[in-house]
Amino acid sequence: MYNGGKIIIGLIIFIALVTFPFYTNMGKTSEQPAALTSSPDDPHIGGLKIGQMRSEHMKILDQWRDEVVRGGERFITFDGDQYEKSLQIGCLGCHAKQEFCDKCHSYAGVKPYCWDCHFAEGEGQL
Amino acid sequence: MGMIFSLIAVIVLVAVAFVGTQLHLSGLFGVAIPYLAFLVFIAGFVRKVIKWGQSPVPFHIPTTCGQQKSLPWIKQSKLDNPSTTLQVIGRMALEVLLFRSLFRNIKTHRTDGGPVYGSNKWLWLGGLAFHVTFFVVFIRHLRFFTEPVPAWVNMLDAVDGFVQVGVPHMLITGVVLLAAATYLLLRRIFNSQVQYISLAADYFPLFLIIGIALTGILMRYFIKVDIVKVKELTMGLATFKATVPDGIGSIFFIHLFLISVLFAYFPFSKLMHLAGVFMSPTRNLANNSRAVRHINPWNPKVHLHTYEEYEDEFREVMKSEGIPVEKE
Repeated sequence: MYNGGKIIIGLIIFIALVTFPFYTNMGKTSEQPAALTSSPDDPHIGGLKIGQMRSEHMKILDQWRDEVVRGGERFITFDGDQYEKSLQIGCLGCHAKQEFCDKCHSYAGVKPYCWDCHFAEGEGQL
Repeated sequence: MGMIFSLIAVIVLVAVAFVGTQLHLSGLFGVAIPYLAFLVFIAGFVRKVIKWGQSPVPFHIPTTCGQQKSLPWIKQSKLDNPSTTLQVIGRMALEVLLFRSLFRNIKTHRTDGGPVYGSNKWLWLGGLAFHVTFFVVFIRHLRFFTEPVPAWVNMLDAVDGFVQVGVPHMLITGVVLLAAATYLLLRRIFNSQVQYISLAADYFPLFLIIGIALTGILMRYFIKVDIVKVKELTMGLATFKATVPDGIGSIFFIHLFLISVLFAYFPFSKLMHLAGVFMSPTRNLANNSRAVRHINPWNPKVHLHTYEEYEDEFREVMKSEGIPVEKE
């Protein structure tokens, strides 16, 4: 090979870069966020399934925000019961933020900007 | 012709992945094919580079676009006509990172006085936008292959989404990638000179990458999948403990299959310019052919009879005939 040394060094750098995910995880077992134990087919509320909530909750929250802030429609009826369209009173009323939001979000590398304004109980204000 | 063929090929690939997931072959499409594609990618890449490395460079052939190193009072164009390794590195860096050779007058007009070369930076802009955004998108996907996600990957994601449009926030690179790839495709279709020289091998990677970008964007914003399950699968791949969780939508497997095809196709295609750009003798040689002799590696060994040897042989005869010699 001509200029073999340089070419081999280049190849080694290239392989080291593209196999990064393999050696960075060497010997690790990735753990699932615990909240995912329930089946995606189980019902949530309002005819929504757990699976749908998992993948589409951000859309619902976004829609609620627009309806509340721009239209003043604060309440939604699910199965005859009235619920307030609210992150802190609604979602966080039942679900704890750390267990329910943060685990999956940090697992998936998602940083929603909900927490730019909202804050959960027990966490300090901004 | 090549375009229709490539488009159909990509559509067939999408259909194959879709049918495959409907037939519950997600083990094949989620684990076996990605691993195989990655192996083919690495092995094919190394094989190709080594094969290129074995080709001799018989001539010293840097292409130059500026004043060569000459007399001290003539200003050398150091980046366009490098004479040292350091200058070559500078030239290569500009070429690899900024596509400098496209940033030239590359458009030719016919006039009565002969051809006129004018500026046309669209290809440069489109090409640069495409490559940079594709690279950022590629790096951003590390969030699926690392646990915990490194801070710099999260930061990249935050910078990429800083316009905060919609939820999940729109990532600028994804949109620019799709737009730039579409521009590069339309350029091949509507620019008649480029269309004339375009083959299936040019259209296929474009359609494939547009397909990958489209499925990715669809999956992020429109046809949602359970991202935590997706990460369970990708982490399984990265830790060699492959699992295929239930309930991931087909759109994910289509996305993954198209990427697998791209990886497997890579070493056998023009996409190898990833390695080739570093191995181009017209770029990576210093223009020092007047200072350093370039020896063709396949030159046969020629026995040279130097003057010193000649004089050694005939010294006595030369002296006796009164011919001056260098060594007494």
